[in-house]
Amino acid sequence: MAPRIAATAADAVSGIHDGATVLIGGFGNAGQPMELIDALLECGASDLTVVNNNAGQADAGLALLIKERKVRKVICSFPRQSDSWHFDEAYRSGEIELELVPQGNLAERLRAAGAGIGGFFTPTGYGTLLAEGKETREIDGVGYVLETPIKADAALIKALAADEFGNLVYRKTARNFGPVMATAAAQTIVQVDQIVPVGGIDPEVVVTPGIYVDTIVRIAGENK
Amino acid sequence: MSYSYTAAALTRDEMADLVARDIPAGAFVNLGIGQPTNVSNYLTADQGVTLHTENGMLGMGPVATGEDIDGDLINAGKIPVTELPGASYFHHADSFAMMRGGHLDVCVLGAFQVSRTGDLANWHTGAPGAIPAVGGAMDLAIGAKSTWVMMGLFTKTGESKLVETLGYPVTGLGCVSRVYTESAVFLLEDGTVTVRSTHGIGFDDLAARLPVELRKA
Repeated sequence: MAPRIAATAADAVSGIHDGATVLIGGFGNAGQPMELIDALLECGASDLTVVNNNAGQADAGLALLIKERKVRKVICSFPRQSDSWHFDEAYRSGEIELELVPQGNLAERLRAAGAGIGGFFTPTGYGTLLAEGKETREIDGVGYVLETPIKADAALIKALAADEFGNLVYRKTARNFGPVMATAAAQTIVQVDQIVPVGGIDPEVVVTPGIYVDTIVRIAGENK
Repeated sequence: MSYSYTAAALTRDEMADLVARDIPAGAFVNLGIGQPTNVSNYLTADQGVTLHTENGMLGMGPVATGEDIDGDLINAGKIPVTELPGASYFHHADSFAMMRGGHLDVCVLGAFQVSRTGDLANWHTGAPGAIPAVGGAMDLAIGAKSTWVMMGLFTKTGESKLVETLGYPVTGLGCVSRVYTESAVFLLEDGTVTVRSTHGIGFDDLAARLPVELRKA
């Protein structure tokens, strides 16, 4: 089924409920779906579990969701940055839970969720604090840690363009977590710079096939 | 390679130059945030080295300036960079699969400490109240065919950062094979630490200051 084309960002995120697990694309600000995050804040959903590489920068996007205490738990690899003051404050006051995951394990746990994999043994993190309490195994002399998939209710991602079937192309390093997050959520919501008719994207260059995409919204004035 | 000595300690730029010259021609390389990033300034075009950045790119070029700055084209330190001819983009799971799968030849990282057996500590001081952040450190430590460290050899209070066992939380076990410092270059293999060169300090004086047994190359 072709995806729904929402008129506004607010319309696009309207199905996200309290307590939802939400994947948010982006690495720093590259690929961060800023307008969808702003709309999520405005729609008032709370008690969220958010999965992102970081825990918000400065006073925009995910940082504001955390500032307004809409986020119960963050699953990320790198929360602490020079401008992560809203997360830092919430964390130090015990108002947000943090699950710290090595970046490659984070990506692979999302990939596993989208690919129907029940878990995988990874060498990353073996013998470290982040493997404590997890099952380990030695295979051919190498130590591995069992990691499990991260499934979500919704994914908010940003792409350069979509066609009306939801096929997506991205731009440069703004691609980052978008393609794997698109596969791992029950509802994948994408903000794009442009929506083109079916046939407007060469099938050979499609990065995310439309099967993974549920809702598209065009945000004017996005990418250069 | 036999042991060598220079009268002066290496500057940070000299360390970066030395690491760059040791990277094999045609290698695929990831340079960590901080001192290792400086290595890219000393790689020559003849070397044909391809730089990987874990946020999804091979063929990364120099830092972008002026009109070349593009918020969609950044490195792992979130600094705007450029792309070189032949560059490619890929998503995060592919990027780390590339690393974890042993396809990168060399990864150069900073460190708090390295142990005699190549254990690496560089992600968390373990200090009370510190907010932990790991990023790609644990993936980078164990992913490449060779993991090299660049660091100062001594702490501000003069203690060796090359140690018998780590005093900080582990990033990766047995993963480091070389350590470049201002005072010496160390090769780590099967629990043996070989000193390839010393700088501004003789071998015997160095051996007296370090808590691990050293062998001269």
